Amino acid sequence: MTTLEDGTGVCSKGPGNRERSSLRLQQAFITQNEADSSVTVWQSHLICLNFFKTSSQARRRPCFSLNRKIELYEMGWNLKDGLRECLVAAAPYGGPISLLKGHNRRSPSARPQLEIYSSSGLPLASFPWKSGVVKQLGWTVSDDLLCVQEDGTVLVYDLLGGFKRHFSMGNEVSQSQVLETKIFHSPYGTGVAILTGALRFTLATNIDDIKLRRLPEVPGLQGAPSCWAVLTQDRQSKVLVANGSHLFILDNTACTPVTPPGLSPQASSIVHMCVSFSYKYLALLTDSGHVWMGTSNLKEKLSEVDTKIKTPPKQMAWCRRPKSQQPSAVVMWDGLLIVVGECKETIQYHLDDDSILVPELDGVRIISGTHHELLQEVPGACEEIFKIASMAPGALLLEAHKEYEKESQKADEYLREIKEQSLLSEAVRQCVEAAGHEHEPETQKTLLRAASFGKCFLSNFPPEQFVSMCRDLRVLNAVRDYTVGIPLTHTQFKQMTVQVLIDRLVYRKLYPLAIEICRYLKTPEYQGVSRVLKHWACYKVQQKEESDEVIAKAVSVKLADAAGIFYSEIATKAYESGRTELAIKLLEFEPRSGEQVPLLLKMKKSPLALSKAIESGDTDLVYTVVMYLKNELNRGDFFMMLRNQPVALSLYKQFCKHQEQDTLKDLFNQDDDHEELGNLYVKASYKEQRLEARIALLQSAVDEYYKAKNEFSAKTTEDEMRLLRFQRKLEEEKGELLVGFSLHDTMTTLLSVGLHKHAEQLYKDFRVPDKRFWWLKLKSLAEKEDWEELEKFGKSKKSPIGYLPFVEVCIKHHNKYEAKKYVSKVTPEQKVKAHLAVGDMEGAAEAAIERRNESEISTVLSRCSATTDHLLMERLNRAKATAVKK
Amino acid sequence: MAAWRDAPELPDFSLLKRLARDQLIFLLEQLPGKKDLFIDADLMSPLDRIANVTILKQHEVDKLYKVELKPIVSSSDQLCFLIRPRIQTVKWISDLVNADKVAGRFRRYKIIFTPQKFYACETVLEEQGVYGDVTTDEWNFYILPLDDDILSLELPEFFRDNFLEGDQRWVTTAGSALHLLQSVYGSFSKVYGIGRCAKMVYESWRELMEEGEQRTRQPEFAKVFLVDRDVDFVTPLCSQVVYEGLVDDLFRIKCGSVEFGPDVTSSDKSIKVMLNSQDKVFSEIRNEHFSNVFGFLSQKAKNLQTAYDKRRGMDIQQMKAFVSDELKGLKQEHRLLSLHIGASESMMKKKTKQDFQELLKTEHSLLEGFEIRECITYIEEHINRQVSMIDSLRLLCLLSITENGLLSKDYRSLKAQYLQSYGIKHLLTFANLRQLGLLEEQQAGETLTVMESKVGKLVNDKTVGKLTDAFSSLAKKSNFRALSKRLALVPKSGEEYDLRVPRDMAYVFSGAYIPLSCKLIEQVLERDGWTGLEEVTRMLNGQEFAVTEARNKTDAQRIVLVMFLGGCTFSEISALRFLGKERGCRFIVVTTAITNSARLLEALLDNHA
Repeated sequence: MTTLEDGTGVCSKGPGNRERSSLRLQQAFITQNEADSSVTVWQSHLICLNFFKTSSQARRRPCFSLNRKIELYEMGWNLKDGLRECLVAAAPYGGPISLLKGHNRRSPSARPQLEIYSSSGLPLASFPWKSGVVKQLGWTVSDDLLCVQEDGTVLVYDLLGGFKRHFSMGNEVSQSQVLETKIFHSPYGTGVAILTGALRFTLATNIDDIKLRRLPEVPGLQGAPSCWAVLTQDRQSKVLVANGSHLFILDNTACTPVTPPGLSPQASSIVHMCVSFSYKYLALLTDSGHVWMGTSNLKEKLSEVDTKIKTPPKQMAWCRRPKSQQPSAVVMWDGLLIVVGECKETIQYHLDDDSILVPELDGVRIISGTHHELLQEVPGACEEIFKIASMAPGALLLEAHKEYEKESQKADEYLREIKEQSLLSEAVRQCVEAAGHEHEPETQKTLLRAASFGKCFLSNFPPEQFVSMCRDLRVLNAVRDYTVGIPLTHTQFKQMTVQVLIDRLVYRKLYPLAIEICRYLKTPEYQGVSRVLKHWACYKVQQKEESDEVIAKAVSVKLADAAGIFYSEIATKAYESGRTELAIKLLEFEPRSGEQVPLLLKMKKSPLALSKAIESGDTDLVYTVVMYLKNELNRGDFFMMLRNQPVALSLYKQFCKHQEQDTLKDLFNQDDDHEELGNLYVKASYKEQRLEARIALLQSAVDEYYKAKNEFSAKTTEDEMRLLRFQRKLEEEKGELLVGFSLHDTMTTLLSVGLHKHAEQLYKDFRVPDKRFWWLKLKSLAEKEDWEELEKFGKSKKSPIGYLPFVEVCIKHHNKYEAKKYVSKVTPEQKVKAHLAVGDMEGAAEAAIERRNESEISTVLSRCSATTDHLLMERLNRAKATAVKK
Repeated sequence: MAAWRDAPELPDFSLLKRLARDQLIFLLEQLPGKKDLFIDADLMSPLDRIANVTILKQHEVDKLYKVELKPIVSSSDQLCFLIRPRIQTVKWISDLVNADKVAGRFRRYKIIFTPQKFYACETVLEEQGVYGDVTTDEWNFYILPLDDDILSLELPEFFRDNFLEGDQRWVTTAGSALHLLQSVYGSFSKVYGIGRCAKMVYESWRELMEEGEQRTRQPEFAKVFLVDRDVDFVTPLCSQVVYEGLVDDLFRIKCGSVEFGPDVTSSDKSIKVMLNSQDKVFSEIRNEHFSNVFGFLSQKAKNLQTAYDKRRGMDIQQMKAFVSDELKGLKQEHRLLSLHIGASESMMKKKTKQDFQELLKTEHSLLEGFEIRECITYIEEHINRQVSMIDSLRLLCLLSITENGLLSKDYRSLKAQYLQSYGIKHLLTFANLRQLGLLEEQQAGETLTVMESKVGKLVNDKTVGKLTDAFSSLAKKSNFRALSKRLALVPKSGEEYDLRVPRDMAYVFSGAYIPLSCKLIEQVLERDGWTGLEEVTRMLNGQEFAVTEARNKTDAQRIVLVMFLGGCTFSEISALRFLGKERGCRFIVVTTAITNSARLLEALLDNHA
């Protein structure tokens, strides 16, 4: 039911939280797309130009959004050569950074070193690379490191450098080698796209569920394409590839040539391209130095700017906030960074060092050997408040608060000014929002204080926004801390959700911080504290240096009162790291036996598993174990084990009934259950068409019944065999279909076709009770309307069923005349009924009165009709009165 | 329903249908493109109540087939199977897949198990080597609301599987059903139950509760009563005489609707009618004793006539109003009325005959314990005349239960006669009946009692087995007769019982017997537990429990959920409705299936296995 209600949001109790986090992140991507499409006006004409655009011609409408560069960290790493000669990959959402130094080195003596750092440059892992030549590094949505090798093998590491698994991108790739690789994220997870030496693209959209797709050939492609990128459109991943000035879109089935609208004609080749974080926008850089920006479906052009630099850049990335209308891309050359926007002008930054760009949802991070910076469009609220001489309500409120702190009466003036325009709530909102976008705790505090100050003058301002912002900021400041190194912006945090952030902390093994955050944000235990504790426990059980007892104790103490913990998952982890004894100990804590069983089976503790399964009362679970044992053990041992577990045995019998009749026989044999064996044979006899085989089976049944000392069944079965033989004989002789009929039906058939002698023979041979025979004969004679014979039969001897049935049967066949013949023979007790049956009211009345039976008189009375039987009724009433008196 | 004015409102169960439908649609969409859908025969009617053909077609179901366990003719490249998790069906699918493989045909197969997937089914797929070729899924369609106060799991096989075969696989299903109710309608404050299966269901439900997240919402019902069918076999074995029960006995109500044949509709075709509280006529007579129904219907007919007659002397305006407001309702009522009159006529024909009266008389004598010899003679004749295979069996069982088993002599002779009438294959039927304790021979030591077979499943040690043997034969001494005395199930004979103004639940059996199951429920609710009923529970082989989950005082306290594990009859539902009316509360019946004597006994025949 959860799936129905919650959609993709919550996975109930999946194998681990890795999945959960990737789901969340996928969701984040989806909503991101939506956010982008909604249009909010970015009031660019309000921008105060002197903020940073000194040399612009201020006559025209300014076409740049304000950008700001915030220093996030001074990198803690100590790199000798900076980022030069390194393969670098940094995960979005302030994720970790991986470096592979000297990745082209092939000699075994000088192995390249793989290093993983946090965003603040603190080392997380470092180890020499012993595998093949790495072409590309990348991160998955769940913070796993992907290393794509030349031969198409992809190795997956966790962010602390632990090897997780590897997979291949297919034979074709390994044969023709990897030329270039791109790792991309989409709503379906993390994908890998590869350009092979044969100039073909191979793509996997989700590395957790690999389905390799080989894209169609690009016509006219001679060497490596000048540039390419992966797009996600129409729920499909496509590749956009540029060959000189030609642009193609490759999807599953076709290669479609496309032209960006309004691309300036002087370009002869597209040298670089990049797609925005949301896959909505595309930027192309041509060899003439022009940057074309437009939508990624190539339907619309947003702007085109000449950078006046014709050398190919190192990297290019989009730098725009969600909901922003301004296109803005960043192009990086050696030592130079250019921001291009809607107008001809560009902003240039000088870079001291080799850097890389990490595109984010709301900006671009620039990582160099020494620094880590965030370049982003200034968020609306911040701009309103901080631009020079701003008269926005937020700015005034901030000012008012400053004056208030100084105990100046100007505070009142400012406040009045806001209140007169009744913009106070807007002012508070702006301050709160701006605080969210600020990185400096001091600025945050100032803004929040101002907001709080403004709130005092509002009577019914909803506090939620303020409160949740304070909470969020506290969490954000904690994770932005140098030692943690996750430089999330507030926008990113909202997109990523707390759950995913918790997961990220867990991957980094920052359990105490994660738990603190859960408690602080009051996350429900299942998604919060319990989940973290479980991860902690899974980690704990892998610590080889501690003894089983100590770990089991530590785990149980920590987890004791946490709700929703699956000890089985922890035990599985313990088993996987080779600690069977510890696993069993941990399983003891598991209250749900259903959860214990699968692991116990895996650990080959089958008897324990079987008894646990039976304890759980879940038949399906018992089946699981039984079927497992059946394949695992030899037949004798298997039966012996079942024998000690009656529940399991009876279930297995059920299974055998449908699947393996012979096994069932063996089982009964083993138990000396002759009764059941007999029943089994009887049942089998019905499936048998040939009479001989059928009788043989019945004979076996008879033997079994005798062994079971069930003489009754044995005799009955013997009778059945006799009957079958008799039926067949008659069938052969008389051509009547008889075989398979019951004794009763056989006799009915015989009588109805006039084989009275044979019927009578059966009557004698099978000791049929007289009553039954009389009923039978009576019915069949009446059926044939052989009244003469019936009369003879009636007189043959005294009827064991009385004569009332004779009357009734005749009446049933509408023969009143015959019926009357028997009325006189009926016993006094049934006389009234008999008379009534033939419709003789007088007679009935007579009999009833004679017997002075009140209820019988009433019965007759009720059948009289007032008009015709007037006299009779009087008599009856009188008789009734006397009968009652007595 | 004016009489229930002060009774609490029932929760809206149509939500359950909507949940089930949404999930089914979701599952169908998992297999995009045109596909043929194969449906288990017994899922057809329930499915129809959830999603009709139009909805299925909207989700690209091309053709619909019934699962017949025969080779199929389908040209579709995608086959979807909607089935109960039965080994036989899965085997059939495997054969089908393998046949396609041999023919070199490639198709996509998807099996949707409902309400859940069983491991055994997957094992079959694996053994047949098609595990990788099919995808499997679960449709958690646990509960079908049949009416405002009847919820059904639609699992008739629950009874045989659980009580005869000792296969408890459906226990978790029942637990999940309760869990579903709880998650949608809030948690319960008290749970009572009796029977081994009830206990297991409760355990399984509790585990689910602990596993899942607790939702704190206002509960819509507060008390739950779980009862095993084998606690009370007498009630379902009796002939039903309340209208709804009679309709079920005679025409077989299937999934809340019944097909009236030509003899009822007085035309040459059959009509399918939904029987629930939406049917205004039916809702008024369903709980009535049959003898009142005819009078009621004729009164109703008269009223209807007067309503029609109103239009005489109307002017144009009034006539217009009449046609637009009332006529449609009247027409509808007219149609229903004529159907029900037809049905009760046809019942009259069958049931006022001498035979039926005598049958009822015998049943009542058995319940009272009078004139047993005569009853045996009657049963004997019944068998000898081949009146009805099921009815004979029913009387035999009733005789055995009320008399604590048959005397050895009677047992053998009756059994021999029965076999002569209906064939030796019923040797297996008798074995089944004996195993369930429905039809036994009075002989200590040899017979396997219900209790013993139950204990036997738990304990395998021979000596312990012997002990329980002795124990159970001691306990066996009492049973129905003593229970009946203790709980006053059979009113004193001789007193007139006015069926028009019922004074207790006995009216559902013409005043001759109060259903044991309902009486137990009444007693436990009255005492708020089992205290004071120790002797009764001992006679019922114990296994009773009462758990308090939480305390809350709301209107919900007056809505009681009763779950019958192994089926319940319409008579029991009527009795509970009566009890509710008396006590100012309402009962919601959750059952694994609606049952009656015929269904109960047919489930124990051994011709299908």
